[in-house]
Amino acid sequence: MSIWEYANPVKFMRTSGAILPWVVAGAAVCTVTGLVWGFLTPDDFRQGSTVKIVFLHVPAAMMAINIWVMMLVASLIWLIRRHHVSALAAKAAAPIGAVMTLIGLITGAVWGQPMWGTWWEWDPRLTSFLILFLFYIGYIALWSAIEDPDSAADLTAVLCLVGSVFALLSRYAVFFWNQGLHQGASLSVQSGERMSAVYRYPLYLTMLGFGLLFLSLLLIRTRTEIRRRRLAALQAREMRA
Amino acid sequence: MSLLSVQGLCVARGGLRTVEGVSFTLDAGQALILRGPNGIGKTTLLRTVAGLQPPVAGRIKMDDDAVAYAAHADGLKGALSVAENLAFWAQVFGGGDVAGAMAAMGLASLSDRPAAALSAGQKRRLGLARLLVARRPLWVLDEPTVSLDAASVGRFADMVRGHLAQGGAALIATHIDLGLDARVLDLTPFRAKPSPDAQPAGFNEAFA
Amino acid sequence: MIALLRRDLTLAVRAGGGFGLGVAFFLILCALVPFGVGPDTTALQPIAPGILWLGALLACLLSLDRIFALDHEDGSLDLLATSPLPLEGAVAVKALAHWITTGLPLILAAPLFGILLHLPGQAIPPLLVSLLLGTPALSMLGAFGAAITVGLRRGGLLLSLLVLPLYIPTLIFGTEMIRRGQEGGATATPLLFLAGITAGTLAVIPFAAAAALRVNLR
Repeated sequence: MSIWEYANPVKFMRTSGAILPWVVAGAAVCTVTGLVWGFLTPDDFRQGSTVKIVFLHVPAAMMAINIWVMMLVASLIWLIRRHHVSALAAKAAAPIGAVMTLIGLITGAVWGQPMWGTWWEWDPRLTSFLILFLFYIGYIALWSAIEDPDSAADLTAVLCLVGSVFALLSRYAVFFWNQGLHQGASLSVQSGERMSAVYRYPLYLTMLGFGLLFLSLLLIRTRTEIRRRRLAALQAREMRA
Repeated sequence: MSLLSVQGLCVARGGLRTVEGVSFTLDAGQALILRGPNGIGKTTLLRTVAGLQPPVAGRIKMDDDAVAYAAHADGLKGALSVAENLAFWAQVFGGGDVAGAMAAMGLASLSDRPAAALSAGQKRRLGLARLLVARRPLWVLDEPTVSLDAASVGRFADMVRGHLAQGGAALIATHIDLGLDARVLDLTPFRAKPSPDAQPAGFNEAFA
Repeated sequence: MIALLRRDLTLAVRAGGGFGLGVAFFLILCALVPFGVGPDTTALQPIAPGILWLGALLACLLSLDRIFALDHEDGSLDLLATSPLPLEGAVAVKALAHWITTGLPLILAAPLFGILLHLPGQAIPPLLVSLLLGTPALSMLGAFGAAITVGLRRGGLLLSLLVLPLYIPTLIFGTEMIRRGQEGGATATPLLFLAGITAGTLAVIPFAAAAALRVNLR
C-alpha cells in the first residue's frame, strides 16, 4: 500500500468519488459557520466593522499561495514520476488559485479603502499578490494554448518550476523596492496575541473551510479532466478502428 | 557489428501509438526502405530512431552521434549562400568536404547563390548534400526525393550507393524505386492495435 | 558553437533590422514619453530610470519570438538537436546572439537616451552598469519563453505574457540602481542583486529552455 496507488486514474476516480461528498459537506459547514460566526463578532475598537472582511481576505490569500505550492509539488511529481493524474491536478488547481488570488486582491481593496483611504497601494504584499496573479494567468494561458496534452503537461510543469523561483524572487525584490503600509501577518505562532481569540477561532474555521473548499473544487475539476481525457482517448480509438 | 538494431519498437504520435513490434537491423553497407500507407507512422518512426522523440516501448541500439537525419524541411537559411549553408552544418557536425558535397549533388555552379533564390529541387539537393558533410554513418531519410527530377534522383541514388560502399547504412522512407539493392520493410502489418494491458503511449491513452 | 553564433549574427545582419530595429524602437519610446508626461525636467527626471529600463525590456521582447521560431520552421532545430552540439549549448549561444543583436546596441545607445530624458550625468555610469548586468538575463529568460512557445502558431502574445513576469526582479533592481545613482546613494546592493539574478539565470535557464525545446520537438 503506497500513496502512489492513487496515481492510477481508476483508483483515483473510485476513491475521490467516495470522499467527495464528505469534503463538499465539510467545506460548506466550515465556511458558512465560520463566516456567520465571523459576522456576528463584535466590532473592533479601531477598525470598526470593516475588520470582518478578514474572514474572507486572509483565507483566500492563504489559499492563493498554498495552491501555487501544491501546483509546484504536482508539477514535480509529474516531471519525476510521470503520473498523469498529478499533471491534471496541477492544471485543475490553477484557475482556483487565480480566483483565490483575485478574491484576496479585491477584498483587500475593499478593506483598504476605509482603512488606508485608498483602493490600491503599491505596497509589497499587494504587489506580490498581483505578480502571483500574473503567474497564474500565464500558467493557465499556456495550458490552453498547447493542443498536445503531453507537451502541455511537460511545458507547464517546467514553467511552474521556473515561475516559482521567480515569483519568490519577485517577492523579495518587491520588499526591497517599497516598504509598505500593510500590516504584518495577522496570525503567527510567535505572536498569537496580536489577534484576540474572538476573531481568531472563526478565522481558523474559515481557513479550514477554504482549504476544504479548495480540495472539493480540485477533486471535482480533476475528475472532469480525467473524464475528458478518457473521452478523447475513446474517440481517437474509435476513429482509427 | 550492426550499425543500428531496433527491437520491438513502438512509437506514438500525438499520444496515440502508431506502429508497434517493429524489429530490424542495419549492418554496414545495407539500406532499408520503409513502406506503408500515409499515417502509418513512418515519419514518427524515423524521428524516434533519430532520437528526436522517445520510443514508447522497445529498444534502439546504436552508437552515440551516429545519425544524420533529413526530413521535409532542409534547415536552410535563405539569407546565406549555398556554400555558407553547407559550411555551417559541416562545422556543427565536425567538418566535412563542402566542395566535394556540392559537386556530388551538382551544386558547384550555384555555390554563391543565396539559398532563397534556389528552386525547390535545388534546395532539396542542398539539403541532401548536407548528409555528405555531416559524415555520420547512419542516414535516416524521410521522403528524400520529394521535388527532385529524374536526373537528380539518379544522382541521389549514386550518393547513397557511395555512402553504403564506404561502410555506411541508410534507413529511407520513400515510395519511389531508387534502384538501390535494399531490403523493403512494409509497416502495414505492424499497425498498433488497442489492447488493455499495453503501456500508455501518452496522456489520453493513459485514461482509456 | 562559434559557428552557430557566427551564423546567427550573419543572419541578423543580412535579414536587415536585426541590429537597428531594437534601438529605433527604444528611441521612439524615449521620444514619445515627453509627449505623454510633458517636457519639464522635474517631470522627466524622476521617471527616466524606469522609462529607460522599460524601453530596454520592451525592445528586447520585440525580437524574442525570432530566437527559435525561424529555426523551428525551416527544420534547423531538428538538425541542431541531432548534432553533436548539446542543445543547452545551442540555447545559450542563441541567447548570446540575441543579446549581441539587441542588448548590446541598447546599452551603447542608452546614455544618449538618458540625456534626452534629462538623466543627470552622475546616473549615467549606474545606467550603463545596470543594463550591462541586467540585459543578459533578459535575453536568457526570453530564450526560455521562446523555447516554451516555439511550436505555437500565435505564440507572440503568450510569449510576452509568460516572459514579462519573469522580468520583474531584474527591472526592480535595475531601476533601483539608477535611481540610487541619480540621488548619489550607494548602488552596491542592487548591483549585487542584479548580478546574482543574471548569474543564476545564465547557469540554470539553458537547461530549462533545452528541456522545453526537446518537448516541443517530439
